[in-house]
Amino acid sequence: MTARNVLVRGLLVGLLAGLAAFLVAHEVGEPHVETAIALEEAASAADPAAEAADEPEEEVTEVSRPVQRTWGLLTGTVAIGVVLGGFVALLSAAAIGRLGRLTAVQTTGLVAAIGFVAYSLVPFLKYPATPPAVGSGDTIGSRTSDYFLLVLVSVVAALAAVQLARALADRFGGLRASMAGVAAYVVVAGVAAALLPTVNEVGAFPADTLWSFRVSSLLTLTTLWAVIGAGLVLSVDRLARAERAVAERRALAASL
Amino acid sequence: MAHTAATPEIATPATPAIPIRDLGPWAVFFGLFAAVVVFFVSANQGGVSVPSGTAVHEWVHDARHLLGYPCH
Repeated sequence: MTARNVLVRGLLVGLLAGLAAFLVAHEVGEPHVETAIALEEAASAADPAAEAADEPEEEVTEVSRPVQRTWGLLTGTVAIGVVLGGFVALLSAAAIGRLGRLTAVQTTGLVAAIGFVAYSLVPFLKYPATPPAVGSGDTIGSRTSDYFLLVLVSVVAALAAVQLARALADRFGGLRASMAGVAAYVVVAGVAAALLPTVNEVGAFPADTLWSFRVSSLLTLTTLWAVIGAGLVLSVDRLARAERAVAERRALAASL
Repeated sequence: MAHTAATPEIATPATPAIPIRDLGPWAVFFGLFAAVVVFFVSANQGGVSVPSGTAVHEWVHDARHLLGYPCH
């Protein structure tokens, strides 16, 4: 197993994951995006002066809605899928053989699971996805920096937690060391989430549409990570089997 | 490790690690590449704009919303 071997598979699996996430986002999520945009347009039609003052360039669209919800959405999910697939692959390549007695397959699955929790799930719990019409253009700067700060803290804390567990494993055993790592991550991510400002710009947006949109967003993210995890675990399993077969043939040849 | 099987050298092979030296260049290059891609999909023409305008924002608009990045 080489860095190149694993990375190539990660990029391909990420491409597949991006396509799968597009299908889920398009079928499950887009109806709620359309509902939200219809509400947004109804609100601006009812009060054109306020809307014009709030977001003067909102009506000037360069990319039509049918393109946004197909090719645009596909571009975004595939780009993020390939990047996350490559990241999971490189982190797995670095972690394989360095996490106690975990096999290559187990290590890869663990890296994908930690990636989902640290990069997507925990930031989502503090700053859940919002549909169009929710969120003010005035606060996009601070919301963006707060969101990425939480992502950064969460991912760095997860990496540090794994290192902590590795350092403690010799003295306390794998089980207790892993639990200490999880506890350390929960404390750091929890404190960061508590300290960062809470955003509430929902206003009068219908709760059922908001809920459905957020569930569909979480389903999209889960699909992305699940396909990356499953695909990369299967790829690494094939690589490990091929390597074992070579090692067995070498051992047999040496014993003759 | 149980080295009690008939063929001990293949019974429980230790998982070989890839040397960090071999990972470094890939990690640096891919890390930078990934940062640019994530920026364009997630944040460009929201808080920060390169180039100015809304075309990139609109192209990835739905992905930005559905993948949970801050938008509008």
